[in-house]
Amino acid sequence: MEKNIKEKSLDRATLSVLNVAEKAGVRTVWDRYAAQSPQCGFGETGLCCRHCMQGPCRISPFEHGAKEGVCGANADVMVARGICRAVAGGTASHGGHAKHMAYTLLKSARGEAADYPIRDESKLKAVAARIGVKTEGRTINEIAADVAKIALADFSEKESPLTWAATTVTKGRVETFLKFGVVPTGIDSSVAESMHRTTYGVDADPVNILLGAIKCALADYSACHMATDLADILFGTPSPVVTQSNLGVLKKDAVNVALHGHNALLSDIVAQVAGEKELNEKAKAAGAKEGINVVGVCCTGNEVMMRHKIPLATSSVSQEAAIITGALDAMVVDYQCIMPSLAGIAECYHTQLITTMPIAKIPKALHIEFHEKNAKESARKIIETAIEAFKKRDAAKIQIPDVTSTAYAGFSTEAILGALALVNKEDPLKPLIDNIVAGNIYGVCLFAGCNTVKVTQDANYTAMIKELAKHNVLILATGCASGAFARHGFMTPEATEKYAGEGLKAVLTAVGKAAGLGGPLPLVLHMGSCVDNSRAADVAVAVANKLGVDLNMLPVVASAPEPVTEKAVAIGTWAVAAGLPTHLGVVPPVLGSKVVTGVLTSAAKDLFGGYFIVETDPVAAAGKLIAVMGERRKGLGLSA
Amino acid sequence: MKQIFVRPELCMGCRSCEIGCAVQHSKDKTLFSAVLQSPPPSPRLFVESAEDVKMPVICRHCEEAPCLNGCISGCLYRDEKGFVRRKKERCIGCWSCMMLCPFGVITRDKEKRIAVKCDRCHKLDLPACVNACPTGALQLVDLDEVPKEIRGRAVLSGTRAYKP
Repeated sequence: MEKNIKEKSLDRATLSVLNVAEKAGVRTVWDRYAAQSPQCGFGETGLCCRHCMQGPCRISPFEHGAKEGVCGANADVMVARGICRAVAGGTASHGGHAKHMAYTLLKSARGEAADYPIRDESKLKAVAARIGVKTEGRTINEIAADVAKIALADFSEKESPLTWAATTVTKGRVETFLKFGVVPTGIDSSVAESMHRTTYGVDADPVNILLGAIKCALADYSACHMATDLADILFGTPSPVVTQSNLGVLKKDAVNVALHGHNALLSDIVAQVAGEKELNEKAKAAGAKEGINVVGVCCTGNEVMMRHKIPLATSSVSQEAAIITGALDAMVVDYQCIMPSLAGIAECYHTQLITTMPIAKIPKALHIEFHEKNAKESARKIIETAIEAFKKRDAAKIQIPDVTSTAYAGFSTEAILGALALVNKEDPLKPLIDNIVAGNIYGVCLFAGCNTVKVTQDANYTAMIKELAKHNVLILATGCASGAFARHGFMTPEATEKYAGEGLKAVLTAVGKAAGLGGPLPLVLHMGSCVDNSRAADVAVAVANKLGVDLNMLPVVASAPEPVTEKAVAIGTWAVAAGLPTHLGVVPPVLGSKVVTGVLTSAAKDLFGGYFIVETDPVAAAGKLIAVMGERRKGLGLSA
Repeated sequence: MKQIFVRPELCMGCRSCEIGCAVQHSKDKTLFSAVLQSPPPSPRLFVESAEDVKMPVICRHCEEAPCLNGCISGCLYRDEKGFVRRKKERCIGCWSCMMLCPFGVITRDKEKRIAVKCDRCHKLDLPACVNACPTGALQLVDLDEVPKEIRGRAVLSGTRAYKP
């Protein structure tokens, strides 16, 4: 069904570009969604299976029709297997990202990656201490090599639990995970085990399959945490910066290069070389008065936003819009969430799409492979390619929406604790905990995930944050959730003034003033990319440990109001296993099974404390999350 | 007389009916040769959605068929079984039938430049779309028997609410 243009996005800039696209006959994700509609109900409910060649099978949720696949798998088994494989897909993605980092750290330590020096020695030492690597009397490279080797060992099957899981969660969680047999012993091996248990004729117990999915999701958590740690070691732990967001950050008189994808290994290097004088001179010589302008898209945009103040042009569902402005000279991508459609859209403009990873090529894109050995050299070649593309711009097609919003970004765990330490030097967590106890902070909500073509872009995020902030809920955000909040001005102190309840406003103001901002902290504390959900977990773990309780007792919740990817399924599942009530704003493909739906939305609460709350109405969803935080506050003996 | 009835409440929107129809109207009438055929065969019914309802929209073979009444070239005719069918060679591509069909199920063969519509799989006992439907959203019913069945359903749905 064709959506009315207003139903596509809440963002003015995106809408204006979509109007241009419509007139120019450029098809976007919204057109392709209309062409796919109606979508198959078997897929929507998780009731189809293609795991063997006796299939494909599907199960009718109605009276008439088959109740079992050819092998005998019923609806519960099919739905559970589908979810387990989605978690495995997500884990494989975060695992691939983290492993790439670990190899680079190892090469860096061995002196084989000159472009990747260790930039944050104190983070390296902190991680080393946490995972049991000796630091005293050793060189940075020796420590880094050991950390990298322990990281790489986490990928294959070990005899002990994953280091990055075991050393980063509460004692209570470890006990719970042991009790239900969901402790992962390898990141890649968990993916392999999930594929094994869901293939033809293996696991036929839906609950056991779901426990397998949770085990795999905990491997995903470990991979996320590892990716965050190693990115900080190689590129620096983020601290707050002020930058701009939305499509208006593209400049008419600059060579615009968009970094899109996930891994800082690519984006950080391009960001580093983009400032080089020689390249900027070349850009100016080509007619770009303002030189080179690097902008971010999606998660890797978050990485460079935090560490280099690089503006975030757009994210997720609206990635195509960056090209349709007619002013983007190159879009450089690595992996994950890169729509294959970008190549076709780039063909309608002068934009050069550049792929960089051996596992992620797109026909008609230019492939400039990126290696540790010659990273900066490749990055320069990428920028030079963009300069060449700039010369082919069609002035008649340039329509950059004049829309930007300020965004405060880069609140890493260390940065948050650092800010709190300015309020209480001896005990930085105390002000946070005191304010939770006093009710000035009613609870904490972590927003994560994507934008989806199925929901008006940003509509769920913006409706939910207004409700939660009003009820004094502290807001954390990562990934494309931050894109949404940045576009609509929620990542600013002004948003705190406008939307925060009195208690929350007082807390954010006190900390902001102590930190020398002269006003409140922004309403949303931006913690990074989607792997950086681990940062939010760290804050929650620190608070739980300080209080001497487990995560499943804290008034902390998570929400993915507009989720898309398998990675979001994996993150949501580990959030549930971590004990967090986790909201989804889009119905996942599970309704075909009463058993699976029941486990995910209710029985999980008895096992792990966390569970899924599926609610497509954002205001109702916020209400449910507030009620859950109230329950938890009561459980801790606090005012609800 | 038997007709195809649609039960929207049972439709999953899987489009198996569209595939079954296209295959039945392909050269070899098998899925694998149909997907390799060029130009590809096209379905004569269409799964559409509005709000949260999905359903196949299909030629009703109307007793007082607007398309048949409007056909100026003598292409459309009613066959001995009562189905509205085409004499392909007579179609002149004036699209009067398309204009008149209230269901939008008459489309265009872009190669041959003639009108295309459902032939109710007149050589088959069970139409391909009905055969392909996994949930019973498409059903072949006897027009003389189906009202009783519908009345039965009405009684059930009307009284279920009063059960303790």
